Amino acid sequence: MSAYRQPVSTFWWLHQWSYLLFVLRELSSVFVAWFVVYLLLAVSAIADGPAAYQDFVAWSGGGWVLVLNVVALAFVLLHAVTWFALAPKAMVVPHVPPWVVLVGHYLAWAVLSAAVAWLVLR
Amino acid sequence: MTAFHNIVVVGGGGAGLRAAVAIAEANPLLSVAIVSKVYPMRSHTVSAEGGAAAVIAEGDTIDEHAYDTVSGGDWLTDQDAVEAFVEEAPKELLRLEHQGCPWSRRPDGHIAVRAFGGMKKKRTWFAADKTGFHLLHTLFQTSLSCSDIVRYDEWFVTKLLSDEGRVHGVVAIEMATGRIETIIANAVIVCTGGCGRVFPFTTNANIKTGDGMALAYRAGAPLKDMEFVQYHPTGLPFTGILITEATRAEGGWLLNKDGYRYLQDYDLGKPTPEPVMRSMELGPRDRLSQAFMHEHAKGRTIDTPYGPVVHLDLRHLGAQVIDTKLPFVRELCSKYERIDPVKELIPVRPVVHYMMGGVHTDINGATPVEGLYAAGEVACVSINGANRLGSNSLPELLVFGARAGQAAAEYVRTLQKGSTSAAYAQGRDEERRLTKELRKHDAGTERIADIRTEMQTTMEDGAGIYRDGDSLDKAFVKLHELRERFDRAAVDDHSTTFNTELVALLELDFMLDIAQSIVACAIKRTESRGAHQRTDFPKRDDEKFLAHSLVHRPNKVEYLPVTITRWPPGERVYGR
Amino acid sequence: MARKRTTITMEVTRFRPGEDSEPTLQSYEVPLRKEWAVLDGLNHIKDHLDGTLSYRWSCRMGICGSCGMTVNGKPQLSCATFLVDYAPGPVRVEPLRNFPVIRDLVVDISDFMTKLPKVKPWLIHEGETPEGEFLQTPQEMDEYKKYSMCINCMLCYSACPVYALEPEFLGPAAIALGQRYNLDSRDDGDRRDVLASAEGVWACTFVGECSTACPKGVDPAGAIQRYKLTAAVAALKDFLLPRGARR
Ligand SMILES: Cc1cc2nc3c(=O)[nH]c(=O)nc-3n(C[C@H](O)[C@H](O)[C@H](O)COP(=O)(O)OP(=O)(O)OC[C@H]3O[C@@H](n4cnc5c(N)ncnc54)[C@H](O)[C@@H]3O)c2cc1C
Ligand code: SF4
Ligand code: FES
Repeated sequence: MSAYRQPVSTFWWLHQWSYLLFVLRELSSVFVAWFVVYLLLAVSAIADGPAAYQDFVAWSGGGWVLVLNVVALAFVLLHAVTWFALAPKAMVVPHVPPWVVLVGHYLAWAVLSAAVAWLVLR
Repeated sequence: MTAFHNIVVVGGGGAGLRAAVAIAEANPLLSVAIVSKVYPMRSHTVSAEGGAAAVIAEGDTIDEHAYDTVSGGDWLTDQDAVEAFVEEAPKELLRLEHQGCPWSRRPDGHIAVRAFGGMKKKRTWFAADKTGFHLLHTLFQTSLSCSDIVRYDEWFVTKLLSDEGRVHGVVAIEMATGRIETIIANAVIVCTGGCGRVFPFTTNANIKTGDGMALAYRAGAPLKDMEFVQYHPTGLPFTGILITEATRAEGGWLLNKDGYRYLQDYDLGKPTPEPVMRSMELGPRDRLSQAFMHEHAKGRTIDTPYGPVVHLDLRHLGAQVIDTKLPFVRELCSKYERIDPVKELIPVRPVVHYMMGGVHTDINGATPVEGLYAAGEVACVSINGANRLGSNSLPELLVFGARAGQAAAEYVRTLQKGSTSAAYAQGRDEERRLTKELRKHDAGTERIADIRTEMQTTMEDGAGIYRDGDSLDKAFVKLHELRERFDRAAVDDHSTTFNTELVALLELDFMLDIAQSIVACAIKRTESRGAHQRTDFPKRDDEKFLAHSLVHRPNKVEYLPVTITRWPPGERVYGR
Repeated sequence: MARKRTTITMEVTRFRPGEDSEPTLQSYEVPLRKEWAVLDGLNHIKDHLDGTLSYRWSCRMGICGSCGMTVNGKPQLSCATFLVDYAPGPVRVEPLRNFPVIRDLVVDISDFMTKLPKVKPWLIHEGETPEGEFLQTPQEMDEYKKYSMCINCMLCYSACPVYALEPEFLGPAAIALGQRYNLDSRDDGDRRDVLASAEGVWACTFVGECSTACPKGVDPAGAIQRYKLTAAVAALKDFLLPRGARR
């Protein structure tokens, strides 16, 4: 017996919206990595003194870095939102409806972001 | 090609799996194989809905279960078998519970039981309305932990090897490759289920073609009580999909075209809003299906393109009860009828459901052929007599599957070594026959489906809910003609890979034997009892027929007295 | 003048090993009836038009799991998918994706059958078995109930791109069945070695299509996500706690 192995098409991920979304989410890891690098560069610039920091800010505001960061932000948001959407599936808390778990995650996110913003902008 | 096992179990449904595990437990040294034409979890046990009866509730007794079973079977049951059955059923269901079966529970965590037709007490265990599904998957998954059981999945058994009244194994085709193999065994347990597909309109799956009955019959084992075919009163028109009796146990009503609970006109009690045990909608299946026929004759049924129907009314139960106790019923109605039983009436009509008859066995599943055992719907022990009570079949699979497994293991232990050379020769003959069969049918002129359809309508017309000498004789002649036409059936598919047309041919071959045996038994039984209703002999005749029909090949009928222990024949009283 | 169509075209995959080098589509015209499932159309073909077509089916009521096929690109139970919903057609019926095709619409599921026992889909109970039943409240049963509804139809495997790319992946149904026992109050088993392996839950990147495809509401994607958290917490405990304090 020689069964026929159905080939996986190269563009399988375009066949369905959910597959595309899945591939985009996988891709988002590259941008998460970029943000880490960017953050390290920022830290190093701050450590090198005000002048270096000014240069860093100017570099960040210019052409491709700005575009890259906007795209990266979109991907990171996609990652965060889809990640949160999974949370109620992974964390099944007795007597707590799934949407509460979801809202809880967003609340925690908001609180943390506010705390960071307060620290930085104070 | 040949293989060897101590015991071969044919069939991986509830009975087959239970038997195989029983053998492995009785003697771990034995080599056991399950040969099944579908993956075990696809077996038709999977579609049982309502539940499994066994005494566990306070206030219920083993004796009451026995009496309900005996009277439900119109005293054609063997009472020693029934006593063993009711005694062992609770142990078997508990065993399944210990293996993880998700039986529905009371709020306190104990097993819940529901009412069922013909039962005086609530004693039917259930897993919502997917009892058979959970039962089968629990058995199958548990069997996976028992790595000693060899499985031949999707292998079709075509013949039992037998020589001088003793069985020596089977011949089977591996569907995926077309390989034909002789499997030698010291004992064979046939657990192939029923034969509902002999009729046109049935709740039974496509695989229920009576293969095992025909296999055993051809190997010299007689079939017993084949004239007793159960019609379930509530099947969906067109598909024949079952709407479980549990709908009525939970309080559903049967209404005719005027919205009238017609069962009150047929000596089944008075209508009450709440269900009453052994009364009205909770009467036995034979009586309910017969009542439908009378309503139809009176013009009080509703005509549809797929035959007359009555209505099953669940609306008063409410969404809450339906969703927790009968979710599958709601799913089936919405899928296959596009109706919602919470708000609408369900159209239903009687449908062929279960074969009370089967391979003649003793209380341990042994047939008169040495080394050949049978259990489950394929067998007739008999605990079902002339009419099976709903929810008795699932526990029967377990109780008698286990008994047959243990008996076969014991038989193999004490077996004298015999010669198997005759078996090998038979295996080779069978291989040649199968290869030739394919080639012979090459030039065929008849379509398999046409012969099958004609056989089915012949059975419905001649041996339906009501039959008489005339209709049966006609059916017998017609079946004979169909058998001749079968020799000219065409097989267009010559592939050895997953040839389902060849399978259909072999199944039709089996079904024609079974159809004939049903009609032969029905012709001889000139009385009416349970599911066998002769309009020309409307009375039960204990004088002559308190006896099982035994049919030997070809269609030779004799009688065997019924075993009575504690319940002398009496009147079947429901609703009074 | 618009006349109601009374037939529909079914385009069905044909493949016979040895004879065909790859699958082709063959068209058949079948009656279009309100009650007919895709499976009824196939049975009409087999009985009246072409006896050589092969496919699996049995219960025709959506419970045996035999009849999974790809219908117009989506994995479906052919006995529970209706022709009228694809009118005016044509409706394309292909074998389930991601499995080797044995013949026509019949695929080879032996990969699943070998993976299933690996998750130990049976009750493992330590200590005494009670005389009567184990007590289990309806709430305790609800914990695992939906994962016990799997009919092994393989639609989820067919929908899963991870399984397509990484055939080693245990897959949605097998993991859900492992979870079915993990979450059963009667079970004390440990299935971590298998479920938390690289071929287990961690291979899943949450596409979620398995749960969309599942005809029985099993939600295998949810089972997998849930087990990821369980496995992560267990691994953390192993790391932080001394041996004796673990459980
Ligand atoms: C819709 C429906 C609902 C039901 N509900 C209930 C209920 O609620 N309660 C109750 O008690 N009973 C119920 N019954 C009856 C009960 O389910 C059956 O009688 C029982 O499941 C039969 O089990 P079995 O093990 O004998 O056979 P099956 O489960 O039918 O298994 C037969 C096995 O034999 C194999 N086989 C057959 N022929 C061959 C061959 N030639 N070669 C190899 N293998 C072969 C098949 O592959 C299969 O594995 C119901 C029946 C139906 C149809
Ligand atoms: S999880 Fe759902 S889709 Fe997957 S095999 Fe089970 S029932 Fe089918
Ligand atoms: S035929 Fe059983 S699920 Fe479709």
